[in-house]
Amino acid sequence: MVRRPSRRAYIGQWVLLAGVVGLGWLLASMVAENYARKNLHFGFGFLADQAHFDIPFHLISWDLFDTYGRTLLVCFLNTALVAAMAIVTATLLGLLVGVMRLSVNWLVRNIALAFIEFVRNTPQLVQLIFWYVGVLQTLPSPRNSIHLPGGVLLNIRGLYVPDAVMRTDGGLLSWLALAVLVATPFVWRLRIGSVRVGPKALCLPLLAVALFAAGIDHIEYPVLSGFNLAGGTQVPPELAALWVGLSVYATAFIAEIVRGSIEAISKGQHEAALALGLKGWQRLFLVVLPQALRIMVPQLTSQYLNIIKSTTLGAAVGYSELMQIFAGTVMQQAAKEVETMVIVMAIFVAVNLAGSALMNWYNRRVSLVER
Amino acid sequence: MEVGSSTIAAGGPASARTRGTGSGDLVPGKLDGTVARVLDWLRRNLFSSIANTILTLVVLAVLVWAVPPFVAWTLTDATISGSAKSACSGDGACWTFIRIRFPQFFYGHYPSEEIWRVNLAGLLLAAFSIPVLRDNVRRRGLWLLLLLTAFPVLAGILLVGGLPGLPYVDTSRWGGLMLDVLIAFVVVAGSLPFGIILALGRRSQLPVVRTLSVGFIELWRAMPLLTVITMSAVMLPLFLPEGVHIDRLIRALVVLVLFNAAYMAETVRGGLQGVEVGQEEAAYSVGLKWWQVEAFVVLPQALRYVMPGIVNNVVDLFKDTTLVTIIGLFDILGAVNQAIKDPAWLGLAHEGYVFTMVVFFACCFAMSSYARRMERRLNKHRTGKR
Repeated sequence: MVRRPSRRAYIGQWVLLAGVVGLGWLLASMVAENYARKNLHFGFGFLADQAHFDIPFHLISWDLFDTYGRTLLVCFLNTALVAAMAIVTATLLGLLVGVMRLSVNWLVRNIALAFIEFVRNTPQLVQLIFWYVGVLQTLPSPRNSIHLPGGVLLNIRGLYVPDAVMRTDGGLLSWLALAVLVATPFVWRLRIGSVRVGPKALCLPLLAVALFAAGIDHIEYPVLSGFNLAGGTQVPPELAALWVGLSVYATAFIAEIVRGSIEAISKGQHEAALALGLKGWQRLFLVVLPQALRIMVPQLTSQYLNIIKSTTLGAAVGYSELMQIFAGTVMQQAAKEVETMVIVMAIFVAVNLAGSALMNWYNRRVSLVER
Repeated sequence: MEVGSSTIAAGGPASARTRGTGSGDLVPGKLDGTVARVLDWLRRNLFSSIANTILTLVVLAVLVWAVPPFVAWTLTDATISGSAKSACSGDGACWTFIRIRFPQFFYGHYPSEEIWRVNLAGLLLAAFSIPVLRDNVRRRGLWLLLLLTAFPVLAGILLVGGLPGLPYVDTSRWGGLMLDVLIAFVVVAGSLPFGIILALGRRSQLPVVRTLSVGFIELWRAMPLLTVITMSAVMLPLFLPEGVHIDRLIRALVVLVLFNAAYMAETVRGGLQGVEVGQEEAAYSVGLKWWQVEAFVVLPQALRYVMPGIVNNVVDLFKDTTLVTIIGLFDILGAVNQAIKDPAWLGLAHEGYVFTMVVFFACCFAMSSYARRMERRLNKHRTGKR
């Protein structure tokens, strides 16, 4: 700005602040009055009360007599699970479709375009309900399950994947595998003498896989017993629908981000790589994509945050996430409208701020490399 | 689409070979006739190398496997005549269902003898929007002002009624696509001015104004839309004094305006940053006051620059209007959800949702194409100048 604001403007802003504070106070007193009239008390003590209802899908153990506080934890983990699954698939598919969009092959290019345009121009909620009602609920009964490769079964009750049953001493091995996996990026950057370990570190994840495999006793396949399936892990249709719905929608947006940032890389980079005799995939993965990543990351972060926010649409298909259970069942049962909404909002605001902070940190690092 | 720059990706190892042997570099001038040109096009775009040929054949195989059943379902095997489910005996889609339920999907429970009022309001919307959307129209600003002032009054009178000759229609009877369009219009008309104020506030030199604007924008952008809409349904009544009841639709509209204002503000801010400082300095130096500088110099340039972004925001919020279904408003998705549960028409979920998607696709694709065209024109204008 070129001109300093006038003295009157400086006074005016305090009047504005007073107005906002006044409005906030008015709303708060209104809530207090309404609570008093309904004989309710504001507070978060209800989190210690017993819930007395069942949560259909939970990652950690859940019992009818567990507290509302544990409900919150269960719901949060469910939300985190579907968000993480959707982020991974949407990133991979988005990369694929974005690269397809730039293909020399006319057919491939235009199929990608048609997919992107269709997905981007229809409401996410309609797509999600279509996946749930239109696709997953029309699947056959467990008796006539669709057999997918690898012993995976698909039916109206969801997706049944084989389970790895660990040996009694297998737990230790899988922890070891996890530790090796975590150590990989650090080993990558390690210097032995003056030689960087670099890509040689990639044998560590292989070692991790081998360690994990060594801990497996046997693989338990889902099999039909009576009218139901036994064995294996069940992915409920609600989770599957939400996962597919979120992934497909975000794929279209991520594909456009990928295409845009690849196109933004100067043609000279690509031609220089060509002149060095790099192959197609080398040009893409070693020259173009690492540079495009810098442009992609801020936009990708906002897409990831969008996915996290969109997990609330799980309420439309009955997936047990924060909106459906905590800001739904708990809110009604405990009659704590304001408290539950405040908690849910606080969680999303915190996640969003953390995401933005992480992105800023990453951006600073990447731009340092760029100089 | 330039093929040259597209070789970066997905051509895989093949594209390197293409360049080396030059099999894709056929000179069009050497070939004559349509057949030759078609063959040349095919060779360059589909069969430029072995890998590309394999890719083309695989994609073609998938298309041959997937497209005919889809076409059979939607067109050749489908039924549209008749008046009951029994008319749909074929394997294809039962569009009869959509045809019979059409009024509900578009107008909700609006009294059938009054539907002309909705249609007239829709025509008015088109009549007022076209001068705003077309270029080379004189007094475009005036038309925009009319669209935001005169049109809502006219449409409001038409839709609500309560005048002689226009019987009153309660908002609870509004529904279908009409409700989506109505919500989208009100939200755009409300959130755009509010968003502009917030964007100006975020750039203000007054610390309190800036902090309040940033806080408002970031808070609303951090919350999921569904949470916000649920809040309008369950929490907003607690903010009102005893005995005061606000219509559910109006409550949803209020929070949707606040929510989208935050997004509009960020879009507009991008445009404000694009206006050169010299413009502002020049305006101040001829003695204009702050509001005059913003209203007559900065904003007209900024808004012109962000028009495509605003249209994209409109597309997003139009798609998001379907979320009001979850708090029990009867929009097109709500109407479809209810219709497919009708015992007389069971098992027609595919038809219902495909129809909804097609309706939204038609509207949103038109809007996003318009935004893209406008963006290209703006860029041409900007680059042509330099």
